Amino acid sequence: MSSDPLMAPAGAHRSGFPTLLLKELSRFWKVGFQTVAAPIVTALLYLLIFSHVLEDRVQVYDGVGYTRFLVPGLMMMSMLQNAFANPSSSLIQSRITGNLVFILLPPLSHREIFSAYVLAGIVRGLSVGVGVWLVAWLFVPMPVHNPVWALGFATLSCGIMSVLGLIAGLWSEKFDQLAAFQNFLILPATFLSGVFYSIHSLPPFWQSVSRWNPIFYTIDGFRYGFFSASDVSPWLSLAAVSLAFLILSACALRLLARGYKLRS
Amino acid sequence: MSALILENLSKTYAPHKRSLTQMLSGVKRQKGFPALRDVSLVVEHGEFFGLLGPNGAGKTTLISIIAGLVHASSGRARVCGYDVVDDFRQSRRALGIVPQELVYDPFFTVRETLRIQSGYFGLRRNDDWIDEILSNLGLLDKAETNMRALSGGMKRRVLVAQALVHRPPVIILDEPTAGVDVDLRRTLWDFISRLNRQGHTILLTTHYLEEAEALCGRIAMLKQGELAALDTTSALLARFGGHDLEETFVRIMHDDDAPHLEVLA
Repeated sequence: MSSDPLMAPAGAHRSGFPTLLLKELSRFWKVGFQTVAAPIVTALLYLLIFSHVLEDRVQVYDGVGYTRFLVPGLMMMSMLQNAFANPSSSLIQSRITGNLVFILLPPLSHREIFSAYVLAGIVRGLSVGVGVWLVAWLFVPMPVHNPVWALGFATLSCGIMSVLGLIAGLWSEKFDQLAAFQNFLILPATFLSGVFYSIHSLPPFWQSVSRWNPIFYTIDGFRYGFFSASDVSPWLSLAAVSLAFLILSACALRLLARGYKLRS
Repeated sequence: MSALILENLSKTYAPHKRSLTQMLSGVKRQKGFPALRDVSLVVEHGEFFGLLGPNGAGKTTLISIIAGLVHASSGRARVCGYDVVDDFRQSRRALGIVPQELVYDPFFTVRETLRIQSGYFGLRRNDDWIDEILSNLGLLDKAETNMRALSGGMKRRVLVAQALVHRPPVIILDEPTAGVDVDLRRTLWDFISRLNRQGHTILLTTHYLEEAEALCGRIAMLKQGELAALDTTSALLARFGGHDLEETFVRIMHDDDAPHLEVLA
């Protein structure tokens, strides 16, 4: 044994953030069949059924068939759900198995923990999104008219849900609490935000309600990236999505800094 | 600069929140639970220090405050001169903790687990040291085994290895030999004693008092959150007249004249 206990080893002043990020990435990648392939198959099934039933009956934008209209919505829905699932499932599993202590003992700041969990969630969301996009080409060509807008909305939207997943993971002490968060908040907000329809097809009251749902702006802005057409201005969507991301991030950072349900 | 300085540490855990039914039926709000009361002690560099006490005496709370897992209600704790709250990065770099619970991440192998733990401390290329720890803890042949596939004793060894990956000058072992076989105990104590001889400060909590008597130069005993005794092992044995540390421990724990009992009355 050749250690000098009073001398810090070389590299001891580097940040632990890259390792935490890599660990969170490899955590979902090691079970990629469940975390990436399965949601792609689910989206594929939605696409198969809805495009078969509605292709010739619904046209939302001029020159855009229903299947093409549906693909960005399905992509975004899959991205949102998986970006949420990554930090929330990681945190709840770590809490229940007790191995959360391994990230609480090292010199990781609340900002490093936040950034690693949120970035890993974004990467998982984008991986699933790209997978759904590639599979969708089997049905219909899906060129992206405005790649910067599409990528920007995809990243910011995954960021929102990843931060929300982090908050849900911090708050939940049991799996059923996390399931309640997913089933009673995330799923309705996603389904009622225009994944399968344009909000212009809704009655005025529900159109107004939809405009208070930040998820609506993620999907509408993302569609703009594909078709250069959307229900509301992409700038309004960008503002709404950015604001939601900033507010949620501030909340999550505050909770982490306080050690909410982490350090008693 | 001392390895550990604890100044007037107290911790009162918040009471459980009342349910709506309890509030409506007039159940009064409970007081918080005082787990630690005004504990002060200093551990010097290179010491092998024992922290003893019955279950619920506050040992794990004390360790958790040093580790930054629990916020003290009052008082301060410093590791190698670094405040555990204000200078948390330096204090945590100086500290390696073997937790009491047998916890592990089922996604990774032993080597991956140790590489990840190294990385959290900013150490990227640490394989030479990791191999040395694995070898000393008899884990080399399990390096590529998934954590799920290890026996309880092997998982315990990995926990020790995880606490050592960043070569901390201060090592805290919270009941490391609870429920482990003789072979592991010997391997563990040989290794930890060698680290202590090389200058690492060791703080040990255990219910096996013969281990504490054999290994620890000084001992602190906690009783219901208060410091009931603090002295060298030999001085404690001489003062309380026991044949061994177990008898001394029992006498101290049942000493009704201890000043802290007046506070509890």
